[in-house]
Amino acid sequence: MANYNLTINGKSHSVDVEDDTPLLWVLRDNLGLVGTKFSCGIAQCGACTVHVDGKATFSCVTPISSVGNSKVTTIEGLSEEGDHPVQKAWEEVDVAQCGYCQAGQIMTAAAFLEQNPNPSMEEIDNAMNRNICRCGTYHKIREAVALAAKTK
Amino acid sequence: MKTVTKASRRDFLKIAGTTAGGLFIGFNWFSCDSPKVEVLSTEEILSQAKSFNSYLSISPTGDVVIYSPNPELGQNIKTSFPMVVAEELEADWEKVRVVQANLDTEKYDRQLTGGSGAMPHSWERLRKAGATAKFVLVAAAAKTWNVPAEEITVEKGIISHKGSGKKGHFGEFVAEAAMMTAPEEVTLKDKKDFKIIGTPVKNVDAKDMYTGKPLYGIDFQREGMKHAMIQRAPFGMKIKSVDDSAARAVSGVTDVVTFGTSVAVVGNTTWPLLKAKKLLKIEYESDGAVESTADHDRLFVELMAKGKAEVKRKDGNVDAAFKTAAKVVTAEYQCPFLAHSPMEPENFFAHVQGDKVELVGPTQTPDRARQETATLLGIPPENVTVEITRLGGGFGRRLRADYVIEAVEVSRAINAPVKVTWSREDELTGGAYRPAVRYRFEAALDANGTMIGYKLRGVGMNAGNTTRENNFPSGAVDNLLIESIEHKSTITTNAWRAPITNFLAYAEQSFLDEVALAAGKDPVDFRMELLNRAKTNPVGELGYDVDRMIGVVKTAAEKSNWGKNPTIKQGFSVYFSHRSYVAQVADIEVQGGSPTLKKITAVTDCGMVVNPTGANHQVRGGIVDGMGHAMYTNLTFENGVPKQRNYDSYRLIRMKEVPEIDTHFVDSGFDPTGLGEPALPPTGGAIANAIFAATGRRLRSQPFIEQKEFSDIKLEIRRA
Repeated sequence: MANYNLTINGKSHSVDVEDDTPLLWVLRDNLGLVGTKFSCGIAQCGACTVHVDGKATFSCVTPISSVGNSKVTTIEGLSEEGDHPVQKAWEEVDVAQCGYCQAGQIMTAAAFLEQNPNPSMEEIDNAMNRNICRCGTYHKIREAVALAAKTK
Repeated sequence: MKTVTKASRRDFLKIAGTTAGGLFIGFNWFSCDSPKVEVLSTEEILSQAKSFNSYLSISPTGDVVIYSPNPELGQNIKTSFPMVVAEELEADWEKVRVVQANLDTEKYDRQLTGGSGAMPHSWERLRKAGATAKFVLVAAAAKTWNVPAEEITVEKGIISHKGSGKKGHFGEFVAEAAMMTAPEEVTLKDKKDFKIIGTPVKNVDAKDMYTGKPLYGIDFQREGMKHAMIQRAPFGMKIKSVDDSAARAVSGVTDVVTFGTSVAVVGNTTWPLLKAKKLLKIEYESDGAVESTADHDRLFVELMAKGKAEVKRKDGNVDAAFKTAAKVVTAEYQCPFLAHSPMEPENFFAHVQGDKVELVGPTQTPDRARQETATLLGIPPENVTVEITRLGGGFGRRLRADYVIEAVEVSRAINAPVKVTWSREDELTGGAYRPAVRYRFEAALDANGTMIGYKLRGVGMNAGNTTRENNFPSGAVDNLLIESIEHKSTITTNAWRAPITNFLAYAEQSFLDEVALAAGKDPVDFRMELLNRAKTNPVGELGYDVDRMIGVVKTAAEKSNWGKNPTIKQGFSVYFSHRSYVAQVADIEVQGGSPTLKKITAVTDCGMVVNPTGANHQVRGGIVDGMGHAMYTNLTFENGVPKQRNYDSYRLIRMKEVPEIDTHFVDSGFDPTGLGEPALPPTGGAIANAIFAATGRRLRSQPFIEQKEFSDIKLEIRRA
């Protein structure tokens, strides 16, 4: 066990966990930030996506020991009022079916649009291909990312 | 047109109780004359609200709380059910809050999600729930204003009387209305006057989902709650010995519990359990057939040839038809087992305290969870409470209560509240799978290319009836034989979205294309010929409405420009399941380069569309699901254990693999029918038929990408 000081959603947190504990489980089990989802645990589905220094990161394979002073943003901290352009676009397009993967989808989309504010549809498809949606809301995800890019 | 219906006793037990009890609403902190502008929480609304029936409470503020009893797993029932209640109530949707009801068998019938049956089952009772509440609110207003109820109108939660100019919101009449007896009969609205039904109302959980609020079972936390993960035995095996010393040594593990064929590691957080589970040394021994995919492949051939077949339907004289046939077409189709693989892995919270149990989590069948818990513990079912969370997908997996019972077992053993969580590997290896099935089809054609004989024999691995014997083309063929053969496998199976038809439809619709080709007929013309026969001179019982099927076939041909563009090769498919009709056309462009799957056109007759957004979601989602599993996904077994244990080898469809999907809905005037499943079955057939049209390759097994006929087809998928 070791003590880690983390900056998550702009706030400092201190946790006592094993070095190999993935960021995902620190968020969910130690800090109660359950918006970040567990699904595959091996960086294949993207449900656990958070931002580490602004970069979309699979938190399920990110050991807490590797986080250091990096700033972590989770779905809970993407915006104060849930009004980030991507969140608003998701609402406007009414993307979700079961909704379980959507926090991860939103985090992937938000990081992507920071890097590429005016993407082509093909670039959107490439960026979002790392996240699985078992309900098959891909058309809506695509539409929402495009809308967010337009309204940003 | 007015519809008058009888109120169901069960739905209105609550209102009867309310009336008899003469409850009174306190107005002491609320002023009707100056409505509060602040937004009240749902809890605040409920604390002062009056219950009108099982579905509906209204507060003096005019806020309406609608209970949605059925589990929400993405089919959008939590939005569409309340829409129906609000419609008949004439509520202002902006003032409606939706609350997921917990299991309550006194208040609700059929509180489950499965079979695409919720809306057809509840359509009328939801309407009545809204209409009866509106009736008593109007009666209360009439009494208060001393005017005839017939002269009162209601719109968006405002009750008005034109003659006297009086006007008030629902909340002003709640106290009076709740004292009144609900009518036995009630007039429902004319469908043409619907204002909410038929509009794209947004998902009621949208904000919570997109801001990461705890909505799902896996998000549930309780003070003092333990976590558990479980190592389950391979299929056909039982535990011989357990060495848990290394697992117990992992920091954070507090206990290891063995029950049945499972070993649970228990701790305060999840990560140590994922590690500890891998350190369990469990020796297993055979407890039945330990099966591999090679065994299944062998069994399929053996049973197809000489298995004990149950005759599901027999019309005319099949043997004679095949003897006189000018041409006979035969083909066999096979599909693998599949996991359900909802994105939220199985999980459940249980707290056993003496003879009482609290359950919380994602389940499609809360009553089954209660009943199985009661049976396990030998306690009355009413001692078990079930709180239904939002479900991160289901696809049939959560119809079973196996993962609920595990939580009960662990809670009982450790005498503490516990949440059992499955890993993805657990989900894929401990499944209750879509059964593997093989079909043999035979068709006899006469000299005119008319199908005079049809035979279908299905062999299933724990599939039950592998056929849908009264489905199309039954009724359209004089001589027909439908048979099913069951193999009792040690591999557990369960309903998987559109059970049986998720594969049967692909096989049948592909085979009908093979027969059309042999008959020298266009695939759509050939189907129409059969449907016209079933319409004008049906053979035996028909489990489907021929006119509705013809409706979607014709519309799909028209909307897809069937056969009009020589550079587009098309595949047709049509299927009836769960009371709805869906025809699909897949378009593959063959101009230059690789064949490119560009579009799937889908025409659906699900009766009245309650929510166009939700309906589009279900059709597109069903197609993406059907396509993904037909194209990419395989689950094979070796010695009772699946070889594909996570998404690196168990391949699910992704963003770049979905074509454009063009959806259309036929307005047939029927009440709403199922939509969670019916769009999935036709998809595999539409794509396989388009691939055949484009390449001449017939794909008779799934997944397509693993078939040798497909190996050199570089199919691209591209949206416009």
